[in-house]
Amino acid sequence: MNEFFAMGGYAIYVWPAYAVFVVALLADALAPLLRRRRVLAELRGRLLRQQTRDEGTTP
Amino acid sequence: MNPLVLWFHKMGSPPTFYRVAGRLLPWCWALSVGLAAVALYGGLVLAPSDYQQGDAFRIIFIHVPSAWMSLFIYAFMAVNGFIALVWRIKLSETLAMASAPIGATFTLICLVTGSLWGKPMWGTWWTWDARLTSELVLLFLYLGVIGLYHAIEDRRQAARAASFLALVGVINLPIVHYSVNWWNTLHQGTTVKLIGPSLIDSRMLWPLLTMAVATKFHFLASLLGRARVDLIELEGGKEWARAIALGEGARP
Repeated sequence: MNEFFAMGGYAIYVWPAYAVFVVALLADALAPLLRRRRVLAELRGRLLRQQTRDEGTTP
Repeated sequence: MNPLVLWFHKMGSPPTFYRVAGRLLPWCWALSVGLAAVALYGGLVLAPSDYQQGDAFRIIFIHVPSAWMSLFIYAFMAVNGFIALVWRIKLSETLAMASAPIGATFTLICLVTGSLWGKPMWGTWWTWDARLTSELVLLFLYLGVIGLYHAIEDRRQAARAASFLALVGVINLPIVHYSVNWWNTLHQGTTVKLIGPSLIDSRMLWPLLTMAVATKFHFLASLLGRARVDLIELEGGKEWARAIALGEGARP
């Protein structure tokens, strides 16, 4: 197992490369989820404000 | 109407696309992660060491698929940009703009992993040779498209302006691809060929191709997820988008 992690002496190049790959793609996968939450919250807020405004104007 | 044209019309409508994409998303993620796991096992454990490069060559299993994706996604973005400019299809604008950050991510991965590979093999992190420089230009093109898209207030106008920039940048794709043939470069030539036998052992080839498919599914999944959010934002005033916003508001 140690031999596997040593990567024939190239561990300091191979593992950071794989780490960059995994972290970058994970970030790419999470970005739309976070944005989705923000966009939906924003839209919801706008709709609720609109609703209360409409209720305020009708006597 | 012709059933194919009808299908395109239906898929081009934002609410339909949103629904279908939502159904496809989990499958795309599962395929991407599953295939990547198989490819990593094949590449890191099963594949033998390279006779010249030892274990450092194992960076190939992420570097080359990322490089392929950086070109593939750019072409995808440009085709959608072209459709957006000519036929003004809203979905194409959305797809073109949603693919830009994913392409930039793969280009960055390609450059960083290439640098980490170059240091032990060539003795340098970076050199201004044709392949490396043209790939860096590709990253700047992606960043230019993203920057231009966010610099213009009107979303649809912004998408068309950025699509135009993306189309102009297509000239860089053949330069990246043929750079290793046209110029003397440190970068090695093509080893995996579509036509003719590849210059690589089959135990190394299958993890590489499996990872290439896995990254395709990652792109598809990320693209669908991004396009869904963009469509909701773009169509915030319409009934279907409101229903989704209010429907998901009920949940904490």
